[in-house]
Amino acid sequence: MLPLFFVFIWLNILQSPKAIQMSETTAIPEIRAREAEKKSPRGKTFAEHALVQLTIVRFLETLREPEALFWIFAFPILLAAGLGLAFRNKPAEVLKIATTSPALTQSLQQEKLLAVQQMDPYDAEEALRTGKIALLAVPGENGTVVYRYDDTNPEGRTARMLADRAVQQAAGRVDPVRASDQFMREPGSRYIDFLIPGLIGMNLMGSAIWGMGFTVVDARRKKLLKRLVATPMPKQYFLLAYLLSRILMLVLEVGIVLGFGAWIFHVPVRGSLLSLAVVCLLGSLAFSALGLLLASRAKTIEAASGLMNAVMLPMWIASGVFFSAQRFPDVVQPFIKALPLTAAIDALRANMLQGANLAQLAPQMGVLAAWMIVSFVLALKLFRWR
Amino acid sequence: MPAASPTPALRVTGLRKSYQDVVAVNGLDLEVRAGECFGLLGPNGAGKTTTVEICEGLTAPDSGEVELLGMHWSSDAKELRQRLGIQLQDTQLSEKLTVHETLRLFRSFFEQGPGADEAIALVQLEEKKNSRVGNLSGGQKQRLALACALVGDPDFLFLDEPTTGLDPQARRQLWELIEQFKSSGRTILLTTHYMDEAERLCERVAIMDNGKQIAFGTPRELINSICAEHLVAFSAGAKSQSLDLPALRKISGVRDVRSENGTVEMQVTELHLAVPSLLAELTRQNIPLTELSTHSATLEDVFVSLTGRHLRDE
Repeated sequence: MLPLFFVFIWLNILQSPKAIQMSETTAIPEIRAREAEKKSPRGKTFAEHALVQLTIVRFLETLREPEALFWIFAFPILLAAGLGLAFRNKPAEVLKIATTSPALTQSLQQEKLLAVQQMDPYDAEEALRTGKIALLAVPGENGTVVYRYDDTNPEGRTARMLADRAVQQAAGRVDPVRASDQFMREPGSRYIDFLIPGLIGMNLMGSAIWGMGFTVVDARRKKLLKRLVATPMPKQYFLLAYLLSRILMLVLEVGIVLGFGAWIFHVPVRGSLLSLAVVCLLGSLAFSALGLLLASRAKTIEAASGLMNAVMLPMWIASGVFFSAQRFPDVVQPFIKALPLTAAIDALRANMLQGANLAQLAPQMGVLAAWMIVSFVLALKLFRWR
Repeated sequence: MPAASPTPALRVTGLRKSYQDVVAVNGLDLEVRAGECFGLLGPNGAGKTTTVEICEGLTAPDSGEVELLGMHWSSDAKELRQRLGIQLQDTQLSEKLTVHETLRLFRSFFEQGPGADEAIALVQLEEKKNSRVGNLSGGQKQRLALACALVGDPDFLFLDEPTTGLDPQARRQLWELIEQFKSSGRTILLTTHYMDEAERLCERVAIMDNGKQIAFGTPRELINSICAEHLVAFSAGAKSQSLDLPALRKISGVRDVRSENGTVEMQVTELHLAVPSLLAELTRQNIPLTELSTHSATLEDVFVSLTGRHLRDE
């Protein structure tokens, strides 16, 4: 039934005056005929139904808000592109080290993962101190070698192992066991694979809460809510239309970020798309209900925006958008797990990266459903039309 | 509702409404006949909007009764909503939508009525049909608001200060539209603080002040009730302190004299007799005249004579 609804909405947008102007040369007689038909006094057509009209209007308003479109569509993609580039897994990194003796330089150059530079002692110390090189190898007394490096820096420790292996092998050491390497560079374990589900979750929350909160408060401030209540419009249609247009936007906003990740970064979607859609839908409804609750009383944009930021900011930080929520202390984990954004992102990651099915996502779905029901019931109790 | 029906289109009895410590409406009775345009006048804060919003079913009264088209909000809200056309004071319609989209939306709430295109034609906005609401002028926005009130083909139309803030030309244009709607025999309740608007559009008016009705009748009856057809105003500059007001009251044809900020206002029945006598009296008192003007009495003068205050300067 839902896809059918989208088709109707789409048809109706095509019939809007702008679209008519665009297709002036070709289709105008048919459209005129259809318009004339709609005006006939018998029962209303689908497009004339109040719920359909409210949904169309809501959807058009969102599409005509350039700033909102930027935050919903362009921003997550820019963020994903930027962070994806910054944290991309580089092919095995070559570490820079330095020596002060030609003999050591010669031995160390045998190791392909090291870039060796010969420096005079003063420059070498300076380079080590400022982090330009990871390790400095200097000859010690009686043919020994001294490695100078920062042992708290993983690069330094790696350089120590590589350099020592090269020095020992050059001096004639033979390894007792022959070893060979096989490389596994599978999508799914990179930062971008972690990031894309996080961004989708963040986007679900942001667009639902802003989309719901701002427009409701703005309409209340402009007394548009009061004006609508003065018509025979069934009040539940107003809220229902918000949810329906939200679902329409959802298809676009998740689709774009997901498509971008899959196309540019080959981010996997291992679970079924249907479960992914269900998770997104439930998440979006939960955040919309929360947005409605936040907007249920506020009379100014400032008040609403403060409230929404206060609710969203902790989740941006704690819910694991950019880094794993596991990093927070164990004591607060139950609270973090109970946040709707944590639940949404965990479910998205489990679906996309581990291929989890809906049954395995039950705990997260439960958290989202609870937020949805509680927020919605409270919002209906508190909501003011004026 | 036929015009001959004995049932009034709107009957309000003993209406009371307070907000915290302010009494907005304090025991109001009204009766609006079917087919008439009824004006509710008064300064800002007189309780007009509260009264109208109670009648529109948007605000619950503390006490009192509203009977609208023979129905009550408590039992017939759904039916009433279909038959009312409402224009609220300063509603801002969504700026992102076009005129046509806005009307198509409002039309979808009603069971019957003119289509969006027809409603646009009614308020003469054809040229702006595909313009965004945000790009309309003040007068065009008010006409769109009127069209939104008309799409349900209402039997009863509420207009709350429909021309406030408009320039004179836009006001006259809106008046013509309201007159057209009137001629189709439907009932209108109009609130305004422009007395000329009420005189032009309304068959009967009630003047409200501090939540109460202080005068009621046709505009002509109310003007006649102050028993003066003309108003004479003059200013005596610096010497107005030494003016002998009681002497002015004795001039024949003068009903009342009041002095305010150096300007003296006189209610006069026979202008042609009163003005020469006034000039003679001022010469006798040796008071130089710096300004003199006369106009026919209006509802504004009725309000001034009833309350001692002007309507707009509060």
